[in-house]
Amino acid sequence: MAYSEKVLEHFKNPRNVGTLDKNSKNVGTGLVGAPECGDVMRLQIEVDDETGVIKDAKFKTFGCGSAIASSSLATEWLKGKSVDEALAIDNMDIVEELALPPVKIHCSVLAEDAIKGAIADYQEKNGMEVTAKVESH
Amino acid sequence: MEKRLIYLDNNATTPTDPRVVEAMLPYFYEKPGNAASRNHPFGWAAEEAVDYAREQIANLINVDAKEVIFTSGATESDNLALKGVFEMYSRKGNHIITLKTEHKAVLDACGKIEKMGGEVTYLDVDREGLVNLEELEAAIKDNTIMISIMWANNETGVIQPMKAIGDICKKHGVLFMSDATQAIGKIPVDPKEIGIHLMAFTSHKMYGPKGVGALFVNRKNPRVKVTAQMDGGGHERGMRSGTLNVPAIVGFGKAAEIAGQEMAKDAERLSKLRDKLETALKGKLEEVYVNGSVEHRMPHVTNISFKHVEGEGLMMTFNQNIAVSSGSACTSASLEPSYVLVALGLGDDLAHSSIRFSLGRFTKEEDIDYTIEAMAKGVNHMRDLSPIWEMYKDGVDLESIEWSEH
Repeated sequence: MAYSEKVLEHFKNPRNVGTLDKNSKNVGTGLVGAPECGDVMRLQIEVDDETGVIKDAKFKTFGCGSAIASSSLATEWLKGKSVDEALAIDNMDIVEELALPPVKIHCSVLAEDAIKGAIADYQEKNGMEVTAKVESH
Repeated sequence: MEKRLIYLDNNATTPTDPRVVEAMLPYFYEKPGNAASRNHPFGWAAEEAVDYAREQIANLINVDAKEVIFTSGATESDNLALKGVFEMYSRKGNHIITLKTEHKAVLDACGKIEKMGGEVTYLDVDREGLVNLEELEAAIKDNTIMISIMWANNETGVIQPMKAIGDICKKHGVLFMSDATQAIGKIPVDPKEIGIHLMAFTSHKMYGPKGVGALFVNRKNPRVKVTAQMDGGGHERGMRSGTLNVPAIVGFGKAAEIAGQEMAKDAERLSKLRDKLETALKGKLEEVYVNGSVEHRMPHVTNISFKHVEGEGLMMTFNQNIAVSSGSACTSASLEPSYVLVALGLGDDLAHSSIRFSLGRFTKEEDIDYTIEAMAKGVNHMRDLSPIWEMYKDGVDLESIEWSEH
């Protein structure tokens, strides 16, 4: 199976690889997947107190090229969005943007779950109502 | 680094040796006969060529030429041996014993046999990938007709204790079938010495063309028979109907002849290169595990897990120019990691992190040097991206985390 240009591009030059301080109040961390399943995604957001806008996003992913590209793309999209806007990101948007084949759709689902997981963590930490729901698969 | 293509996936298929191609060429146009045409020179030439190839193959494995039945490949040979014996020996019994690490051609044929009313025992292997001989012997029952155990595993290169298995089969009077696809032409294979009664193999794993294989069927003491699985003109002593693929058979024969002359030399050279690859990767990288027995394995194969790196992702760092294969789920349609590695007790996470390197006759030392550098770079790149590598480095016990299985 050949990869799309966009997957290859994100894979070769992944955006926003790294780690934010998970103990910081402004940082939300989503950790999804399992080593046994061959995919683990960790996605972190840092939210601006004043504006409620996501000012930074970082990821690290154990997985195939499509999983890495999905999480790299997700961090790109998250930056500059409000939490509510971020919650609207749908996995099918990622599928479309990266031209993922059907067998790789689960990579995009994982990325959506990681976004929601990070937001839920942030909301919980800050005593907000948790509006992000991670569905189990 | 300059762009070059390196092929280290010789267990998937080998390049056809140019000497083989040359031998095949006359049989496409100049000598187009059907080997079953008994009444004209074209047919005679084709028959003669097939007979000669049959001799070349028989010589390689030290059997009588009449005991070599041509098929379309090892999958067909496995099916013919298993289903053919099951049908032919139904009065004697219906039980077959095999291993969980067999090739799908054997496992799926056994699955079909179960649907046809047969009984199949799938034995575990140990951490090294080897059969437990006591368990094997204990699994034999009054209705056992056959034991089917592969000579060398396609994913790990692990070689089973063939002679000991042959002795057990002889002692209990059950047939011994072996898929020797990965062993023939690479290491000495002598089914009569072992006590093998049926043996499946193929041309394209030994530098011959694709689309042709063979089944060795023992003719004397005991005379083994299989029920044909394809009905037609009664070719191949009634065991496999269908017009013989003459050019491919000629190539298969030539490949067998070359293998007989060169495999010892190839094996010696390739095992050195394989060891160099393993030693260098272990030296350059942490948490590198060789899967399966290192003592009992093919000279040209190594299967390595790079912990906390996912195999397909790793392959993507270099698969524009290096061909290997991975036991990672992501390389398969099923999303399950390699059942062979899981059977070794590896754990799904290490199975997902595995890469199989299979060297071949045309592998050069520069290829290995290049691969070592590319692999080390790729693994480091992937570990920089891996959250579980980071956790491991921070001393987090990965077992203690509640993962969201999906």
